[in-house]
Amino acid sequence: MTTSANPAQRGRRLLLHLVCIAVGALIVVPVWFGVIGGFKDNGQLSTNPLGLPDPWVPGNYVEIFTAGVFWRNVGNSVLIAVASTFVVVAAAAMAAYVFARFAFRGREFLVTIFAIGLMFPFAVAILPLFILLRGMGLLDNPLGVILPQAAFGLPITIIILRQFFRSIPGEVEEAATLDGCGPFGFFWRVLLPMARPALATVSVLALVSSWNNFMLPLVVFTDQSWWTLPLGVQAFQGQYSDDTAKVLAYVVLSMIPALGFYAIAERQLIGGLSGSVKG
Amino acid sequence: MTTPSILSNAGPGGRVTEPSGPGPGGVRRTGRRPRPGRRRALAVFLAPSLVLFLLLVLTPIVVAGYASLYKWNGFGLPENFIGLDNYTRAFGDPVFRGDLWHGLVLIVLSLAVQLPVAMGLAMLLNQPLRGRAIYRVIFFAPYVLSEVTTAVLFNLVFSPNRGFGDAISRFLGADAGAVFADPDTVLYAVFLVVSWKYFGLYMILFLAARQNIPKELNEAAVTDGASAWQAFRLVTLPLLGPTIRISVFLSVIGTIQLFDMVWVLTGGGPIHASETMAVTMFQFGFRRFEVGYASAISIIMFLLSLVFALIYQRVVLRRDTEGALTVQGDQR
Repeated sequence: MTTSANPAQRGRRLLLHLVCIAVGALIVVPVWFGVIGGFKDNGQLSTNPLGLPDPWVPGNYVEIFTAGVFWRNVGNSVLIAVASTFVVVAAAAMAAYVFARFAFRGREFLVTIFAIGLMFPFAVAILPLFILLRGMGLLDNPLGVILPQAAFGLPITIIILRQFFRSIPGEVEEAATLDGCGPFGFFWRVLLPMARPALATVSVLALVSSWNNFMLPLVVFTDQSWWTLPLGVQAFQGQYSDDTAKVLAYVVLSMIPALGFYAIAERQLIGGLSGSVKG
Repeated sequence: MTTPSILSNAGPGGRVTEPSGPGPGGVRRTGRRPRPGRRRALAVFLAPSLVLFLLLVLTPIVVAGYASLYKWNGFGLPENFIGLDNYTRAFGDPVFRGDLWHGLVLIVLSLAVQLPVAMGLAMLLNQPLRGRAIYRVIFFAPYVLSEVTTAVLFNLVFSPNRGFGDAISRFLGADAGAVFADPDTVLYAVFLVVSWKYFGLYMILFLAARQNIPKELNEAAVTDGASAWQAFRLVTLPLLGPTIRISVFLSVIGTIQLFDMVWVLTGGGPIHASETMAVTMFQFGFRRFEVGYASAISIIMFLLSLVFALIYQRVVLRRDTEGALTVQGDQR
């Protein structure tokens, strides 16, 4: 479709491509440096930082793959992300249903309270949260990360789901009621199945924010066997501070799950982010 | 929130307080009256969210507010009441005042550099360009990486003794590895890494907004003799207004609580030159056990976010009542 363009247009397009390639290079080059750097030894990194490795040294990657720490970090991250997502989506879906479909005194007040919750980031609450979790005996316990993550994810999840639930016509609920569905039956058998796209969106957002969370696991887990991937990466950097190639390999491996997930769920992620802002 | 609910029995609040309940025989199928089943459902459905939210989001804020009035090391109960001393101490402390200044610098840089660049790229990717889907995927990819991973990667990229940092230095004719070690440049270096990770998010938001603007509007402007720049400035830009306002909001709130990136990249150093409020709070709360003072910093962060958000909503986002992220479109 570009073959018939006149020279001016072609020149303009070339310029646009050059801009895009330059920006793309800014993003790709550091990652590329990491990927191939992991295949080098430190001598090669000093003399030949950007070129292909010569010879290729797979040892860094192999070592990490075969040592248990990396897999344990991944496993912990997966467990915590899946559990947090399940809790927040389940709780938020129920609340969003009530906020979208029930009339009761104080509803708008409660919705506002949850909306203000958008402004409570972990950084603000982390210290008292730590004291509370310590009091409840939830330190070095995955629930100490899962439950707060779910709680802090409630506002955005409720707001997105509520909007979606509202868009389902009232006739659907009336029909279900006529067929003998109570509120529980309607929620479980009608509303949730209809809301699958919205549930996918909020789940993806919750998974990503749990996967990337650093501050909360940092204070909750002193026991290394519970460490998640971000903690593992940071600790690995401290442990092997003079073995750059090895740390590069660890960083690259720790990116793969996130990038793989992005490849699968790109649409939900981008749709969720732009949708949640647009309303 | 401003639109009336579509359900017949979900009128303005208060209907629940009607005499509730006819006996079993009085249950109506129309759903116009709250039935006992619905009230029970209401309680059951709301309970998990309310419990989680009250216990783990609201209580910590209250605890922080209380603890901030004490000199307390975090163990036992706070007993040494010192009023607002922790707050006066914070505002008198050069480190904390530095935090505020760094936050301001980062916010100004984000608004002046990061957002315009993101918007420009979004406009660019809105053109019929071969391969733009690939560009989009690449530009957004850093957003899914964690701040920690990003920070460690850039630590290594700029590591002065391992080549790449030196290569960049030779290329730039300056010592690139030193940008993180020099108090005069470290904040800008942090800003660049933050932008590397987050510009894709804003680009995606602008792109989505741009694609929602009907083609006809720009075509009409061009037909009327507007240049491409005029069409952008007079037609596109105003219609991007809601997205611009939300991006500014996210950017400011994000900067106020910036922690992970700084903690891993620089630890706030050298000599506090890149320290943020969250890093200072963390240092005092978890390293020096001055929990009272750290709580005061938490509360200051919270109040700054809250006051900014409230003023911003009142003044800029105006009619939005549902929360920061749910602008329903432009007011005008």
